[in-house]
Amino acid sequence: MSQHATTYVPKSRFAKWFESRLPLAGLVHSSFIAFPVPRNLTYFWTFGAILIFMLAAQIVTGVWLAMHYVPHANLAFDSVEAIMRDVNYGWLLRYLHANGASMFFIAVYIHIFRNLYYGSYKAPREVLYLLGIIIFILMMATAFMGYVLPWGQMSFWGATVITNLFSAVPVVGDTIVSLLWGGYSVGNPTLNRFFALHYLLPFMIAGVVVLHIWALHVVGQNNPAGIPIKSGKDAVPFTPYATVKDLFATVVFMMFFAWWVFFLPNYLGHADNYIPANPAVTPAHIVPEWYFLPFYAILRAIPDKLGGVIAMFGAIVVLALVPWLDTSRVRSANYRPLYRQFFWVFVIVCVLLGWLGAKPPEGGYVIAARICTAWYFIHFLVVLPLLGLFETPKPLPSSIAETVLGKKGGAGMPVGAAAEPSTRG
Amino acid sequence: MNTRHALLAAALAVGTLAGAATVQAAEGTPNPPRQSWTFAGVFGTFDRAQLQRGFKVYREVCQACHQLKIPFRTLAQNGGPQFSVAQVTALAAEYKVQDGPNDAGEMFERPGRPADFIPPPFPNENAAAAANGGKAPPPLQVIAKARGFERGFPWFIVDVIPFLQYQEHGPDYIHALLTGYEEPPAGFTVPPGGHYNKYFPGHVIAMPNPLSDGQVEYPKGPDGRSPVPETVEQYSKDLAAFLMWTAEPALEQRKRMGFMVIIFLAVFSYLMYYVKKKVWAQVGGEAEGAPGTAPLGPTG
Ligand code: HEC
Ligand code: HEM
Repeated sequence: MSQHATTYVPKSRFAKWFESRLPLAGLVHSSFIAFPVPRNLTYFWTFGAILIFMLAAQIVTGVWLAMHYVPHANLAFDSVEAIMRDVNYGWLLRYLHANGASMFFIAVYIHIFRNLYYGSYKAPREVLYLLGIIIFILMMATAFMGYVLPWGQMSFWGATVITNLFSAVPVVGDTIVSLLWGGYSVGNPTLNRFFALHYLLPFMIAGVVVLHIWALHVVGQNNPAGIPIKSGKDAVPFTPYATVKDLFATVVFMMFFAWWVFFLPNYLGHADNYIPANPAVTPAHIVPEWYFLPFYAILRAIPDKLGGVIAMFGAIVVLALVPWLDTSRVRSANYRPLYRQFFWVFVIVCVLLGWLGAKPPEGGYVIAARICTAWYFIHFLVVLPLLGLFETPKPLPSSIAETVLGKKGGAGMPVGAAAEPSTRG
Repeated sequence: MNTRHALLAAALAVGTLAGAATVQAAEGTPNPPRQSWTFAGVFGTFDRAQLQRGFKVYREVCQACHQLKIPFRTLAQNGGPQFSVAQVTALAAEYKVQDGPNDAGEMFERPGRPADFIPPPFPNENAAAAANGGKAPPPLQVIAKARGFERGFPWFIVDVIPFLQYQEHGPDYIHALLTGYEEPPAGFTVPPGGHYNKYFPGHVIAMPNPLSDGQVEYPKGPDGRSPVPETVEQYSKDLAAFLMWTAEPALEQRKRMGFMVIIFLAVFSYLMYYVKKKVWAQVGGEAEGAPGTAPLGPTG
């Protein structure tokens, strides 16, 4: 399945018997133990491990919550309150799960911006990158449906606003919407199907994560220098080097996570979601969870409903096209002086879009949101293609080892197989 | 620019933007003034006496209109007002609770037990609205978490920083609301059935000013006088604290556990850091470029 021949040697008789029938241990060994890791990785490369931890944490806390949660329009709100009050450590489970979703998104956004900065989407990692985008889309669907489950005011009205968007689709729009609703408005059938899907999608995410790691196994990790592993000196084996570093970073991230769960558990949520859903009362401002705000701002920036929907989904589509929009041969922004500046402008634009998404769509906010939306697309559709043609990159270092150790040299890894496959097959 | 720091800062900014989501339609309404609460901060705990007083005011004043959907027994729970079990049993018995159907198929009334929920003042929401000029008084058990207000930039970032953190929007709002009844400013017409309140969004609230000085008698100290003043200001604070407890009965447990979890993780990460450093020293260190010494050990 890959060109990294495994160095795993089964020792016990059972292991030998099993390995000759299903080489699972060899696969794990070559992916997480002997796997060659560029030695210059920074902490931005620990977010993959953090994301796996967060997915596992969401599934464990979620399955536990599901044992007490009741997906019925008349009972859901009270069942969540009962979890908070009467289930042993129910408050902990729920706060872990609700804040865990936010932590998951913080980690995934850092992970995505890391890719954009270091050009990790370029050949030969396009498929790896696209699998990542699929995970991101599934995450958004999962979190959106999860937020509907407590059946508070924001759950209900958020679901109403977002599902209504699909009615803008020509011809089949209304059919899609009634399919999502299971009726003629958001109600009990909607809650039921959202719960079923909210339970299902995380396991689909886990499946795509396996593919994501498989693709990574084949093409290897990018690194801050953006140049491939050329010799054993450039790499270290995944275990123990990356393992300890990932573990350390995950523990630090858990500390950050714990701060929210234990001391600011409701800060990232919306107060209105502690009011039971009421179809007769519309909240003054309907705002989605923070991680959707940039996309929400793009949606509202376009004065036309269908146009807004297209722009919002387009914002994700352009993200998926980045490997082909970026024409530069150099990966890392460290060696791309112009791209580096545009990258930071882009980050600021995204943060601004997030802020604008929480503001009422009026006056100066609308104008600012339109400018930022325009720039979001210009960045991908104009800046990225042109920069590659006009920018003069800085000279690349001759090897990864040189960027880390200077000319001194140090011990590395006896890997010939460490080199990544030649680009653009 | 130091890339690492800049990326981190950007990530944090994105994360904290969430604060902007804590919005309430309050344009033209001043933000409630911040109070000091015993339950705020990392080591916050409730003041038992304050919770007991808050419950007393609820019972004597607010209960006429507002439901508080909690079981009596929780009033004796750790981390709450901690009335004695005997007190709670006696209290519950003062209420009539509907039960049934009995063997004859009829509903009947019996004295309350600690496991019962505090009975609502109205049989249903419509009755509550009909008795209050069309606006039903909301149940109060989670109201302290169901109300918030936006503090705007840069506060939504400051409010998440350890030891500066601010999570008490709800109690501050309740306190402000109960003390916020005043004469409407000149030119402001209050519609019939409405009351002017400085802190209620839109200023016109259906709830008449429920509190007045000296309305509720507080337990006396050894000198025969209440240790705290019997004023609207004090009633409001006691109520807000009590309602924070009903909204978040595990608050004390949560903060205690959180402190231990964070200490544990801090020690763990400190150890992990040195393990990592030691491991990486074998290959000449990480990006710092320490001189390589030990040859690569057996890595499997
Ligand atoms: C005479 C009946 C009555 C009494 C007594 C009463 N309230 Fe209310 N309360 C109402 C009504 C009616 C509303 C709904 C107001 C509206 O939406 O305009 C309300 C609303 C509220 C709200 C929600 C305000 C908001 O932001 O929506 C709070 C908090 C509140 N009451 C607290 C109390 C407390 C605490 C007491 C006891 C001191 C109390 N009330 C006593 C009738 C009452
Ligand atoms: C990708 C992983 C997941 C994400 C991002 C996610 C996200 C969310 C979110 C944002 C909420 C609303 C929390 C709130 O405000 O109360 C929620 C609720 C819920 N989720 Fe998940 N979830 C995930 C996985 C799961 C899984 C695997 C289950 C298992 C069945 C699950 C079960 C539940 C239940 C029962 C609720 C309702 C209880 C509550 O609202 O606290 N979740 N989820």
